[in-house]
Amino acid sequence: MAAAESSRPFSGLSDVSISEDIPVEGDISVPIDSSRKDDDFSTLDEPVKETILRDLRAVGKKFIHVLYPKRSSALLRDWDLWGPLLLCVTLALLLQGGAADNDDQGGPQFAEVFVIIWFGSIIITLNSKLLGGTISFFQSLCVLGYCILPLTAAMAVCRIVLLSGSGKVSFAVRLVVVTASFGWSTFASTAFLTGSQPPNRKALVVYPVFLFYFVIGWMILTFSPPQ
Amino acid sequence: MASPNDLQFQEFQEAAELLSADPGASTLSMSSSNNPAQGEDVKLNLSEDEEGEEESSELLGAPKPSGGFWTFEYYQSFFNVDTVQVLDRVKGSVMPLPGRNFIKHTLRSNPDLYGPFWICVTLVFSVAIGGNVSTFLSEMGNPAFHYRPQFHKVTIATVVIFLYAWLVPIGLWGFLTWRQGAERQIGGYSFLETVCVYGYSLFVYIPTSVLWIIPFEWLRWTLILVAMVISGSVLVLTFWPVVCDDSKVTAVATVVTIVVLHTLLAIGCKLYFFQTAVHVPTPVTASPPIALTTHS
Repeated sequence: MAAAESSRPFSGLSDVSISEDIPVEGDISVPIDSSRKDDDFSTLDEPVKETILRDLRAVGKKFIHVLYPKRSSALLRDWDLWGPLLLCVTLALLLQGGAADNDDQGGPQFAEVFVIIWFGSIIITLNSKLLGGTISFFQSLCVLGYCILPLTAAMAVCRIVLLSGSGKVSFAVRLVVVTASFGWSTFASTAFLTGSQPPNRKALVVYPVFLFYFVIGWMILTFSPPQ
Repeated sequence: MASPNDLQFQEFQEAAELLSADPGASTLSMSSSNNPAQGEDVKLNLSEDEEGEEESSELLGAPKPSGGFWTFEYYQSFFNVDTVQVLDRVKGSVMPLPGRNFIKHTLRSNPDLYGPFWICVTLVFSVAIGGNVSTFLSEMGNPAFHYRPQFHKVTIATVVIFLYAWLVPIGLWGFLTWRQGAERQIGGYSFLETVCVYGYSLFVYIPTSVLWIIPFEWLRWTLILVAMVISGSVLVLTFWPVVCDDSKVTAVATVVTIVVLHTLLAIGCKLYFFQTAVHVPTPVTASPPIALTTHS
């Protein structure tokens, strides 16, 4: 049907002939609005600093959303994976110095932390999708990655506390800090994720998230500085 | 509705044909945008039916998953459980009553992969973390001890537990299917049900591995005995009705093998991850007097 319609203008071309006494001239003007829309999408001409700052501002805005988790959809709508990558690398680097004597009795290596975080996020996302969640794959990865922010902050605090000794007091302080940030991370991620799950399976989806942040918290708590 | 009218008409026609072929099936038409396989208009999803009318059509074993194994819906049919159901299954694995077959009574033709997978993951971390804490506690009096997270134990625990929870059911299911032959498929369990039973039977080891942190040897052996009895009896009660039709020797041998493998897993985990301090910290109290006498 559409093909028949499109063939109609061409079917009349064989009859068209322009006689010499009819001038063919005209003016084609493009409305200005379309070029303005083009400029909005084309970011090739802007300075590099502007490009980087825009992404950094988006990442920073999401950090603030994680720190004050409200039931907003900003994290979900414009997902990006820069923030999770940044947090994961920072956490893995901070956990690095604990491999005493470089034997395998030490803490997790950089690759192990990386694999646990990314592989764990992927498995949790697959789990929630298999249980019937409506969140998309990358949105879920984005939420889980961004909610590692409290735990990364706790890791930085723990390293500072460990500078002053590793006795019982510092352990107690570290335990409190890690527990608080683990609770914060779990609460923040469930605030974003549970909206998209079927109602009678919410606990099934939240439990792997709880386990994931628990393991990361455990890695942070058992970090022992090299002697 | 996004679909034009003529496609909708075809949808109902196809649905009517399918419904006339199988009137007992529950229909579910999914129009969410997350569907990767948009080829089918109507998908028959056999959601959990508590009335048990599925059992008569389950001559082939498990509920038929929709789509081929390359579609997402195929795997989604293995996760068709609610929170309440998972909790019921966990309770059934911790309290085995004689006469209650776990598969027939609790699973009821809806085996899932959620329970086995996440119970294995939890067990891996509980064993590794519990072992680490128990090593720390047993060496607390030893000043030469420098605490190490021993993260490599997680890798070893993962390999061991996942191999057990997946290879042993494969072997057992293959053996049982071979022994039954083609005529008696009704009595056999599907592969998924076998994996499900093994996965849920491992649940009782999770609190056991946490309680193993308490550093009393007699308590640890009591706990391991209790856990082995509970989870072993879940397995035996499940597999005995299937195997008892066979010759006596084979039946007993199969059940004994199941129990022995289960025991090996428990004892192996205990011995490797919860090594009690072989070096008793008595030299600590003895050395200062010696140092004093040499220095004086």
